[in-house]
Amino acid sequence: MRKLLIPLQGDFIAPRFDLATEILIVRFEDGEILGEPRTIIMERPSDEGLCQMIVEENITDLVCGGIEELHYNFLAWKKVAIHDAVIGSWQDAVKKVLSGNLESGTILPSSVNSVLTL
Amino acid sequence: MFRQPAILTLLEGIPYPSMILDSSFRIVTMNRLMVAATGYEADRVKGVHGELVVRSNVGNSRGQLYSQVIRTGEAVSVSGDILNGYRHKVPVQYHISPLANGKNGTAGLLVIAENVPSGKGDNGGDSVAGAPPELIGHSPKMQKVLDLIPLMAHTDASVLITGETGTGKDKIAEIIHKKSARARFPFIKVNCGALPLGLLESELFGHVKGAFTGASRNKPGMFKIADRGTLFLTEIGDMPMPLQVKLLSVLDDRQFVPVGGEHSVSVDVRIIAATHRPLREQVRNNTFREDLYYRLNVLHVHLPPLRERENDTRMLLDHFLEKYTRALGKTVTGFTPSALQTLLSYHFPGNVRELQNIVEYAVNICKGKKINKEQLPPYIFEKQPEAVAPAQPPVTVASEPDEKQQPSNPPAVDNGNGSSWSSIERQMIVDALKKNGGNRINTAADLGWGRMKLWRKMKKYGLLG
Repeated sequence: MRKLLIPLQGDFIAPRFDLATEILIVRFEDGEILGEPRTIIMERPSDEGLCQMIVEENITDLVCGGIEELHYNFLAWKKVAIHDAVIGSWQDAVKKVLSGNLESGTILPSSVNSVLTL
Repeated sequence: MFRQPAILTLLEGIPYPSMILDSSFRIVTMNRLMVAATGYEADRVKGVHGELVVRSNVGNSRGQLYSQVIRTGEAVSVSGDILNGYRHKVPVQYHISPLANGKNGTAGLLVIAENVPSGKGDNGGDSVAGAPPELIGHSPKMQKVLDLIPLMAHTDASVLITGETGTGKDKIAEIIHKKSARARFPFIKVNCGALPLGLLESELFGHVKGAFTGASRNKPGMFKIADRGTLFLTEIGDMPMPLQVKLLSVLDDRQFVPVGGEHSVSVDVRIIAATHRPLREQVRNNTFREDLYYRLNVLHVHLPPLRERENDTRMLLDHFLEKYTRALGKTVTGFTPSALQTLLSYHFPGNVRELQNIVEYAVNICKGKKINKEQLPPYIFEKQPEAVAPAQPPVTVASEPDEKQQPSNPPAVDNGNGSSWSSIERQMIVDALKKNGGNRINTAADLGWGRMKLWRKMKKYGLLG
């Protein structure tokens, strides 16, 4: 079983890891979501707090927008698979992770030419 | 409304990362500096909300500032930061201006992320009158160096800075850039000795997606990012031979091909190189290309070691004392006569950097008003080796003097006997780890730190296996 975490901003992957206050956690296995995705609202944005949560929750996969090198390296060292600089809706990102073809720097189609309220 | 070629020409004339957004805040186009800052190609992000791409923090109110400018028609300027494509937080002044549509309405926005030097406004105290901040020195040898800076700033010729470790080569390079006509463009520093050949090549010249395993996106190299600015190549003497050839070719042609790419990229970059190694000797030993040596060594400045800077030591001691006293919120007012005597007679093989570390150590340790001898690092009382002071070449411009450069000094600060503040902290971590059987959670708790802080410190001190 793998566990995916995505910092959110509205329906979108939060552009910045350090400023996100809403977190989505999805458990999945063999391309299928297990149970209900869980949303956590953080009291305040904190990149270190988020790192701590990722370690404590045994997260295996992270999809995010911008993330600082320090935290990227820490999480990579903790063997978390990180897809950063991803732009798009979290639904699209989850689908891509489930199908195993999400890469860092991907701009998902849902983000292009849509009117967004961030 | 937006005629692309005209807009792009306009944007390219702005010396900061800039982009045009439509009235729904979607990107119409952006300039090359914004491409470099975000890591996204302009064509890929067309139609994407600007904030998803720029990743700014502006008051954590994304979109609201844009809405405000559209609503009021008045430009706003706020300070903040952006997270760039290299995963670095860069301080910026964020300017958002409305673009009128000719019918009393707003067709879109011009967004400029003006780079703000991180040290802005934090000038050290007693730098020499007229000299750039943090460059301190009244000795004749330093005065000669200071006199050269305006000359070197007013030309685009390559500069080679030599000098022992800790003499301030980086600082001089930055000052030359800041005083030059390129000051509004990027100053990019690359340590040629820090990365293996493949990585350094990619770092300098960039790569295209798929160039090698892990190259999942196009990456603009430092040469491209430094376009119209200055590229500072430090530890140039450690640059691998194969890259020296490519660097020479860039210096000659002003263009290069990114790793795995097919098309050459033209750049306008000024090169400043620095090394503590005897480059001429390396040329003789065939470890540094002669043609590159002469190409870099158009202007040459040699920074004198601290032991040759006469009264500067005292001035630097006072400067760093004030700096660290302020930073640490202490009330240390000076040195006792014996401590001062010890410091003034010490020969500082690590030069200004070592002096700075000694003062930082002493201010940390000092509990009274004055720093006494006992509060200085113990290693400076050990018998010092005979001062190795080879005849230094005089400071010159346009040609290098007979170069019998300084010996490769050992890294200054720490002689391995646990004397600097850093080594004490390192030892503290090692001891705590030992005590807790390597358990990092308990170690962090023991030290009163969070786990991230412990990890950060362990990384800093090379304790992560």
